[in-house]
Amino acid sequence: MKSEVMPEAGDGLPGAGRPGAERSGAGRSRAGRSHAVQPATERPGAAEPAGNMMVLGGPRPDRPPSDRSGVSRAGLRARRRWARGALVALLLLLSVPFVFPTWWMATSSLKPMSEILQAVPTIWPQDPTFEAYGQVFALQPFAQQYWNSLYIAAVVTIGTMLVAAMAGYAFARIGFPGANALFVLVLAGLLVPSEVTIVPLFRIVNGMGLIDTHWPLIVIPVLGAPAVLAVFIMRQFFLALPAELEEAGRMDGLGRWGIFWRIALPLSRSALGAVAIFTFLKSWNLYLEPIVYLSSKDNFTLPQALTQYVDAYGGPMWNVQLAATTLTVLPVLAVFLVAQRQFVQGLAHTGLKG
Amino acid sequence: MTAAAPVRASVPGPRTPASKARVSKAVRRDWAVGYTMVAPVVLGALAFVVLPLGMVVWYSLHEWNVLAGTFTFAGAANYERLLADPGLADALLASLWFSIGLVVLNITLALLLAVLLDQKLPGTTTFRTFFFSPVVVSLVAWTIVWSFLLQADGGINGFLALLGLEGPNWLRHGTTAMISVIVVQVFKNVGLNMILFLAALQGVPVELQEAARLDGAGAWRRFRSITLPMISPTILLVSIITIVGSLEVFAQIDVLTGGGPGNSTTVLVYYLYQQAFRFNEFGYASAIAVLLFVIVLVLTLLQWQSRKRWVFHEV
Repeated sequence: MKSEVMPEAGDGLPGAGRPGAERSGAGRSRAGRSHAVQPATERPGAAEPAGNMMVLGGPRPDRPPSDRSGVSRAGLRARRRWARGALVALLLLLSVPFVFPTWWMATSSLKPMSEILQAVPTIWPQDPTFEAYGQVFALQPFAQQYWNSLYIAAVVTIGTMLVAAMAGYAFARIGFPGANALFVLVLAGLLVPSEVTIVPLFRIVNGMGLIDTHWPLIVIPVLGAPAVLAVFIMRQFFLALPAELEEAGRMDGLGRWGIFWRIALPLSRSALGAVAIFTFLKSWNLYLEPIVYLSSKDNFTLPQALTQYVDAYGGPMWNVQLAATTLTVLPVLAVFLVAQRQFVQGLAHTGLKG
Repeated sequence: MTAAAPVRASVPGPRTPASKARVSKAVRRDWAVGYTMVAPVVLGALAFVVLPLGMVVWYSLHEWNVLAGTFTFAGAANYERLLADPGLADALLASLWFSIGLVVLNITLALLLAVLLDQKLPGTTTFRTFFFSPVVVSLVAWTIVWSFLLQADGGINGFLALLGLEGPNWLRHGTTAMISVIVVQVFKNVGLNMILFLAALQGVPVELQEAARLDGAGAWRRFRSITLPMISPTILLVSIITIVGSLEVFAQIDVLTGGGPGNSTTVLVYYLYQQAFRFNEFGYASAIAVLLFVIVLVLTLLQWQSRKRWVFHEV
């Protein structure tokens, strides 16, 4: 029984070639073992591996006839297939509020204002026009604002990666006196939401004459509370780094900086990737700080600029606003679709440690 | 983590002056490198966390209106005003409703999605992408699109009309406005919690599930008696993270409702922002900031407490 069930379960893997296939493989073979313990029972549970296979793997003519009576097997199979179909339908339904807004944003940006205001919504624009996209750039220095967001996020990301990698490495690997006390001091930043310190920071920035410049949007995130999580993640990574690698570097005559640059840093690519992703998104999405620090449209960042497309009466110009929003969202979504694994892991990391 | 101790090249010696002299030059140089490496974040923490925190407490003890140009020591006057301010009570209540609604909806939906994705159904990878995608969408962009959908003559009411239903003016009534803000936030970020739950679900030993199955436990019973207890530490942790995050909600409120209608969606952070940057009441706003800090501090300490228990499951 055992030798028979296991290969079947193996080649009928529903998730083969997908993430999670390994785990389901392990699960199936364990299920196979339980068959061996309880051969040829009619439990619904015991039929599951076979049931799964039937849905995805098609009929199996080599099934031993002694296994089960054909009628009840067919019944079970039908019920299971129905249940799985219902679950997929539920998932499809649940997907609507996640996917539809993006679709609605992109298609509505192609509609003229008259179609947007019409009572019966149209899934696809009747008469697609890029007119709104022209207005995006005509009404505001949108290209400049795009560049502002992009370069600020890039500088903050690179700066944070560098600063956090150095600090994380030193805290993890160099036992200088006071390392723990200093680490606790830095870690305290996790306890302070940016909203709590926004008033004094505004006073500090104002006192330095840096209001309506990009300095506070770059320097504070790289050195202040937002970087703490990155330091923490890098430190955790370097703590787990095998000592032998460093020893080997030292044998080759590398100093501390050499070990950091040539050995530790290149090995920390995965942690750095996670740091890069959440730092970039955080900076790209920053909203409270820009509206507090910036006042002229040429200096605005994207989240701030998106809300500025209003008509003479203060009402939003929806198609223009949505066109600008589409231009903001689609590049990031495209990068996400390409590098999905890194995004999910990197951001889940933030969730856990943050 | 266990590897850390023997790894250190230079172990900090006993810190008496006598033994300090015996520390070799090379080790000292190593320490100097260490101090240099941590200098940016340590100085940053002092300048942008510790100093502003001290300043906000100092400000909160002053009557300070920027426009009027007043800055006089007022002792606890701002805190007495906090206690008496009906606006603050409303803000705290709004924050409470928002946090409760968000955490309940978010955790329930995240758990449901994670369990569904754990079933190895066809298309699981695609669905995971769908549910996660709003997490990478800019918050303001996501909110603008929902604002467009939630207008009185917007997409949602348009589709409801096709079904013969008349939807409310979502963002113009107190209750529906609050619900809208919560729901928009849930769909934005539930993907993250879903991933955390999915990881926790996949950590539940298959042997336990199998054993219960052989004992004749049905799917619901297995979920309630095995899965749920096994992932409960994650649920607790994720809940606290979500609550702390919910206290910092700002952009969604500003874009969707502007705190309205009335002050029905003016949560604590939004109230702080209004006091500081609309009414220029920096002293009073600082007192609100101190209150916010204390609330977040308590919740975060709770989170760290729960992490001790949770760390066993760390991936």
